[in-house]
Amino acid sequence: ITEVCGAKRVGYFGPAQFYIALKLIAAAQSGLPVRIESIKNELPLPRFMAMKNDSEIRYGNPAEPHGVKFQVPHATLEKNSYKRTDEGDKQEPKSPPMSPICSPPASPSSYQRTPLSYGYSKSRNGLEQQHGAPYEVRHSTHQQDGPASGNYGAKSARACSTLNRSLSAEREPPDSSAHYADDPWRITEEQRDYYVNQFRSLQPDLSAFISGSVAKNFFTKSKLPIPELSHIWELSDVDCDGALTLAEFCAAFHLVVARKNGYQLPETLPETLLPDYLQAASLKPIHDCALFDSYSEPLPGSQQPRDFNRPEKTSAEEIPDNSGLIKDTSKDDKQVLKTSIAIKPIPKEFQHLTVKTVAQESVAFRARPRSRSYSSTSIEDAMKKGEEPPTPPPRPQKSHSRASSLDLNKIFQQNAQAARSGWLPPPPPALPPRPSVTQTEQEVELHPQMTRPPSQAEENSSAKKEAALTQPPSKPVRRKFRTETQALENPELSPTINVTSSLPAVKPHLPVQKQSSKQKRAIQTAIRKNKEANAVLARLNSELQQQLKVRHALKEHNGKARVQSVL
Amino acid sequence: SCAPPQNYPLYIRSVPTENELKFHYTVHTSLDVVDEKISAMGKAMVDQRDLYLGLLYPTEDYKVYGYVTNSKVKFVMVVDSSNTALRDNEIRSMFRKLHNSYTDIMCNPFYNPGDRIHSRAFDNMVTSMMMQVC
Repeated sequence: ITEVCGAKRVGYFGPAQFYIALKLIAAAQSGLPVRIESIKNELPLPRFMAMKNDSEIRYGNPAEPHGVKFQVPHATLEKNSYKRTDEGDKQEPKSPPMSPICSPPASPSSYQRTPLSYGYSKSRNGLEQQHGAPYEVRHSTHQQDGPASGNYGAKSARACSTLNRSLSAEREPPDSSAHYADDPWRITEEQRDYYVNQFRSLQPDLSAFISGSVAKNFFTKSKLPIPELSHIWELSDVDCDGALTLAEFCAAFHLVVARKNGYQLPETLPETLLPDYLQAASLKPIHDCALFDSYSEPLPGSQQPRDFNRPEKTSAEEIPDNSGLIKDTSKDDKQVLKTSIAIKPIPKEFQHLTVKTVAQESVAFRARPRSRSYSSTSIEDAMKKGEEPPTPPPRPQKSHSRASSLDLNKIFQQNAQAARSGWLPPPPPALPPRPSVTQTEQEVELHPQMTRPPSQAEENSSAKKEAALTQPPSKPVRRKFRTETQALENPELSPTINVTSSLPAVKPHLPVQKQSSKQKRAIQTAIRKNKEANAVLARLNSELQQQLKVRHALKEHNGKARVQSVL
Repeated sequence: SCAPPQNYPLYIRSVPTENELKFHYTVHTSLDVVDEKISAMGKAMVDQRDLYLGLLYPTEDYKVYGYVTNSKVKFVMVVDSSNTALRDNEIRSMFRKLHNSYTDIMCNPFYNPGDRIHSRAFDNMVTSMMMQVC
């Protein structure tokens, strides 16, 4: 029976398999051969010994064999119910008479299990009572599932409705994991993973976009009516660019799932489905998440980060979207495509930076209180240096506007080479600030320490733009030591650094901090890294802001042009 | 009201719901005026400035404004003449908002050009705009 119903093939007993299995059991018990065709017969309900099932119901359901249309390897009960609804609809005449009897008493017990998985119990129950036969079919199904939990082992996983037949059933979602109770608009981890897999199947690059037509085909498979799909799209495509990012896609998918399970679509996108919220909640690999994290954490779902993120995302998205719709759009695309190349490396840098920043922050924060005990001046220096970095870095970058993404790439490479060649010569854009920094350093002892960080930061941040974060930290460390510890590092650094002229000015401070230098080094390294990361982020931020302005204008034109071409 | 080149309305909405039919009729007749203006532009390619057609004609106690998009979708707005607070700039901005919302609808892959517009976002935008005016 297991084999026939397809469970063996698929690897688990999903609802479809389960129903078929039960039907086959009934068939076998009535003496019919165990074959798929048997389930088409009107069979008496299977008798289960140990289970006090009202095994009625449901056997109308699986008139269709397992594989059926959709296989959602998705553990949600919601998916289950979709499938059942689907089949239930077909079996309307048979099931309704049975289900009302069974459903009310059954629902509490059946819901205990699934809600445990997903925490949807309360809203579910309430909702179900409102809906008609299809849901009662589901009720009864669950009720059976309750007692038949033995068979159901892998149940919560899947089967049910599929949006994409080609998908194979994946993951066993854990049964527990009620992260969010009672909120049908939250996406659980399993669901998120499932959506991400689906996204991958449509678009291998998680940071890219799914174009409108691809998404349309995909969601049309869910057999929801077009106006509803249209509404779902409207809700989930928050930047209205005709394409879906991963977060938007997850939101849209989730809405489809919810709709299929009977939830009415909201008028506005629920807070938990906002792209920036989703991105903040998701893991780092998602593109631009670094930016969003910092903004969305303090204000989850509020308008402010959303608006901020929206434009940025729009700017980034606009480009791939245009590239996707290249046949439809105008020559703006070329320019746009170039910038897309620029955008892509930057987010990757963000990833590196973010990871490192996060790791370093803890170090930095820990280090700070300790450093206080050593000497106040060093802390002040560190603080000052921290403040200074953001200002100079934007300067060299301004020469590379949005359209000159290729230049950015070259600069990155240059910086990479420069960094690896050991700090000399600095990349051309970074040059001008440094000599001035050096000179000022000579003048004042404490103040030079302030100005130096800018050049350090600049150089380091430009160096940081490459993937190799290990190298930049060593450089700023050296420079910092020269100014702060001022003794040990001088001999080390002087051969390698341009700014050796500042050394004499610093020398008087030598004796003071020899002992604590190593500890300070570690602390300040961490602080330095952190501050440089901030500097880079700030600079990229301003760049993106610039691009944003252009994107908005471009978007309008593109939208209108697209409309024109469409019409 | 929003009408494509074939001159059937994709979307029509009026706030004071009495005399609605009259407004509908006015809008329909004004489409002819719009067509006239478009053809009058002749060889001049449409750019942003030309999209706004301005006051089509003042009749009786209301004014009719027109706007056409790059894809020849016409927007017609009928306002009460007694509402003298409405300046040209405001009308222009209202048309711009309409156009933007229309573009957003276009971005929806499930929307086929030529369908009636059911978008709730569009509805909300139009409602809020009309509330502002009235």
